[in-house]
Amino acid sequence: MTHWPFLSLLIWVPIAGAVPVLLAGDRRPQLARWLALLAALLTLAVNLAMLSGFDYHSATMQFVESKPWIPMLHVHYALGVDGIAMALILLTTITTVLVIIGAWQAINSRVHQYMAAMLVLSGFMTGVFAATDALLFYVFFEAQLIPMFLIIGVWGGPRRVYAALKFFLYTFLGSIFMLLGLIYLYLKSGTFDMAAWQALPLGMNAQTWLFFAFLLAFAVKIPMVPVHTWLPDAHVEAPTGGSVVLAAVMLKIGAYGLIRFALPVTPDAAQHYAWLVVALSLIAVIYIGYVALVQEDMKKLVAYSSIAHMGFVTLGLFIVFMLIRAHDGDAAQLGLQGAMVQMISHGFVSGALFTSIGVMYDRLHTRLIKDYGGLARVMPWFAVFMVFFAMANTGLPGTSGFVGEFMVILASFAASPWLALLAAFTLVIGAGYTLWLVKRVVWGTPASSKVEAMPDINAREALVLAAFAAFTLLIGIWPEPLVKLLDPAVNQLVQTLGHSKL
Amino acid sequence: MSWNDLINVLPELYLTGSICVLLLFDAFAGARYRNAMHWLSMLVLIVTALLVVAAQRVGPATAFSGMYINDALAGLLKLFSILAVALVFVFASPYLRMRKLAAGEFHTLALFALLGIMMLVSAGNLVMIYLGLEMLTLSSYALVALDRDSPRATEAAMKYFVLGAMASGLLLYGMSMIYGATGTLSLAGIGATLPMSPHYMLAVFGVVFVLAGIAFKFGAAPFHMWLPDVYEGSPTAVTLFVASAPKLAAVGMALRLLDLGLHPLFPYWQDMLAVLAVASLAIGSLVAIVQSNLKRMLAYSTIGHMGYLLIGLCAGTSFGAAASVFYAIAYVLMSTAAFGVILALARTGFEADQIEDLRGLNQRSPWLAGLMALAMFSLAGVPPLFGFWAKLLVLQAAIQANLLWLAIVGAVAAIISLFYYLRVVKVMYFDSPAEDRTLIATSDASLRWVLSLNALALLALGVFQGPLLDWCLRGITG
Repeated sequence: MTHWPFLSLLIWVPIAGAVPVLLAGDRRPQLARWLALLAALLTLAVNLAMLSGFDYHSATMQFVESKPWIPMLHVHYALGVDGIAMALILLTTITTVLVIIGAWQAINSRVHQYMAAMLVLSGFMTGVFAATDALLFYVFFEAQLIPMFLIIGVWGGPRRVYAALKFFLYTFLGSIFMLLGLIYLYLKSGTFDMAAWQALPLGMNAQTWLFFAFLLAFAVKIPMVPVHTWLPDAHVEAPTGGSVVLAAVMLKIGAYGLIRFALPVTPDAAQHYAWLVVALSLIAVIYIGYVALVQEDMKKLVAYSSIAHMGFVTLGLFIVFMLIRAHDGDAAQLGLQGAMVQMISHGFVSGALFTSIGVMYDRLHTRLIKDYGGLARVMPWFAVFMVFFAMANTGLPGTSGFVGEFMVILASFAASPWLALLAAFTLVIGAGYTLWLVKRVVWGTPASSKVEAMPDINAREALVLAAFAAFTLLIGIWPEPLVKLLDPAVNQLVQTLGHSKL
Repeated sequence: MSWNDLINVLPELYLTGSICVLLLFDAFAGARYRNAMHWLSMLVLIVTALLVVAAQRVGPATAFSGMYINDALAGLLKLFSILAVALVFVFASPYLRMRKLAAGEFHTLALFALLGIMMLVSAGNLVMIYLGLEMLTLSSYALVALDRDSPRATEAAMKYFVLGAMASGLLLYGMSMIYGATGTLSLAGIGATLPMSPHYMLAVFGVVFVLAGIAFKFGAAPFHMWLPDVYEGSPTAVTLFVASAPKLAAVGMALRLLDLGLHPLFPYWQDMLAVLAVASLAIGSLVAIVQSNLKRMLAYSTIGHMGYLLIGLCAGTSFGAAASVFYAIAYVLMSTAAFGVILALARTGFEADQIEDLRGLNQRSPWLAGLMALAMFSLAGVPPLFGFWAKLLVLQAAIQANLLWLAIVGAVAAIISLFYYLRVVKVMYFDSPAEDRTLIATSDASLRWVLSLNALALLALGVFQGPLLDWCLRGITG
């Protein structure tokens, strides 16, 4: 089958697009913005064109490209997507467009560098999802740290240096041990092909070491308790666009890594230690929920809420093992499916919440909850969106937040009603911190004369928020296309996990 | 002596002759032709490189009854040493001119050092190794003291000389013991007779001293004391030289001695090298964190990098050796880029050698900041840059040789050292420029272009590293 190298285009169009953006220079910010938007829209167009050619019934990798890269080490420039990767790549390209529009006025200094960093970041993230060669995956996985480090450090808030360094060091700490794991697997199998590793027989001892190497790398990225502490700092200090990308896409890379490596390559170790991950996930859901409740900084609150929501994702991923042990294949599939839907949904909802906070911050230059109040009176249109996204964050039926959480809770119930009970706590706590935030920020009387003077959202901001809202509603009301996209790949993964490697 | 012998050493013969001519030219041409020295030296380098290529044979060749080896490894290391010296000349020339150090000595001494390097990497005999090493180090001592009115440079040169002389003594002592145990000075002969030698333990004892000499050359801990002082005290142009081509010589010397001559003693020197590697990684990554002087920080970073290089040698496999050669080449190109940026910022009365001096470089000169960031991320080993592949290869070699613990030490050191590389990026990008100091990038066109090529090569070689890796492997396996 000959076709366009769609995946290569998705990776390299934004990266190549960053070059003219950089060349536009500091003196022509408007040109840089338009060029960046053009590149992002072009990437999105390529992605949509690709979607029309995607086979929804196949679980195999599609749009495959493979060229020898380093023949000596059998490294290939190998790309391919299944439904899981496709959904996440779509999330990436859409988010990139929205982030670039969102930063139109919020970023005023060194616009060209900001836009270029965003585009490069987008290309690298797509590369992570598209790579089917483990070393290529690792290269993209690490490379995306560089633009994000610069985005946080250059355009961030007062403690940006601390946050940026912490972000980089934490992620690097996790991933370097994964690199040792990858080298070990290569020496064992003679290839870096991820699909071949899934079939590679491994002893329990090797699996355990590898599993923990993978878990460390990806737990930092997701982030899971107790290696989550970089996230609130990074989120609070990053500029709005950085926070949106971080929450919407980068956290998903961790979960995606678990799906690609930890689950299928080391299924027995994952099975054996599933209780550990499930326990950590529940701690994230419940304890971090309480932590979110007491935050005074809006961005920190949403950051903690992100950790709690990602706890649901890891819960969905690892509850599968308990269900497989109980030979409940349907529920296992539901759990995985729920984790995936939750990832996509969280991408849009958290992205939207950070954008909303950015809108407020641009006007009042504070993120503290107590500085706001009564926004419903002064910014009625904004209040509509804010309340809607808050509802989605609590998991209101009809929004995307509900679908994923419901699926995961159902799956947990099949494993054990007690687990489901604990997981369902999130509905209470999540509603608690989100609605309380809305109460203090949106309702009530304006906190100061400055708040009263805040202008409502302009057309550009409304466009971004409306786009986020549309996706949130779409997945909430009509999740079928997304589920159909994910179904074959999820099905196959459950099959793989059912086979022991021992 | 046959015609064939002369063909094999033609590059060295040509270089020797040219240096003598250059020496005379410099003595008699007068100040008006100072600039010509630079271009003539470059011409000599280009011709030498062409001769090295021309002298390459399909298989390994020896000359002067095994004294001199002309194989793919020698060719590879020589070409990259010549490239490194050429980069040094281009980057150093504006700096030397501004500081009135641009006498012909810099060029002739550096070329003499290059001659030493070329002899060292082609050595097939202990005497040749010693000869090459002395030629390289004696020239280096003089280079460090080039700025003779600077007390710091003089101190650095003294320290370098005293410690270097001691290391040479140790090396010579070790060689004499190995000679005593085997009765031959030829490396191939040593390799052949050692397993049957009745004085086996004497040779093991000799290895300890030989390794000390090698470790000193690398700057591996605990023989690293000279390195930070020399890096900091020398004029930056000289630091650039000391930090580049001699590392290739060190890896060549280590491979000749250990792989060719002392391979029967592999289990002994593997453990010793592992200790050196761990110590270097620890000192390199930890002590660099507290440095405020950029040159000193890069010196400690060098110690760390030598630790990685030793990991590759530790493996004792041909893949490990190739990984070490690859690492040395990567390190040389990274360090020329980093020091090149310092040289591009240095002016009269302003060395740009404090980390703080780079504050806000991105706002003053985004291009230079970008080049420096490439060098720093590459030194830190972040993919897709060149430095990452070098690290990947040595770690792979270690795991392959069942040295997982050593690979883990390497991984931990990579995390720690990441911090101080990121700090340089932080200073350039996140801080605003100091008001009282103005950072002005050099206007020297050749420096700007070649430096850009050097730094972009770190990216290009990060994406297309295959041919170089192939070359390194062929250099080892022949």
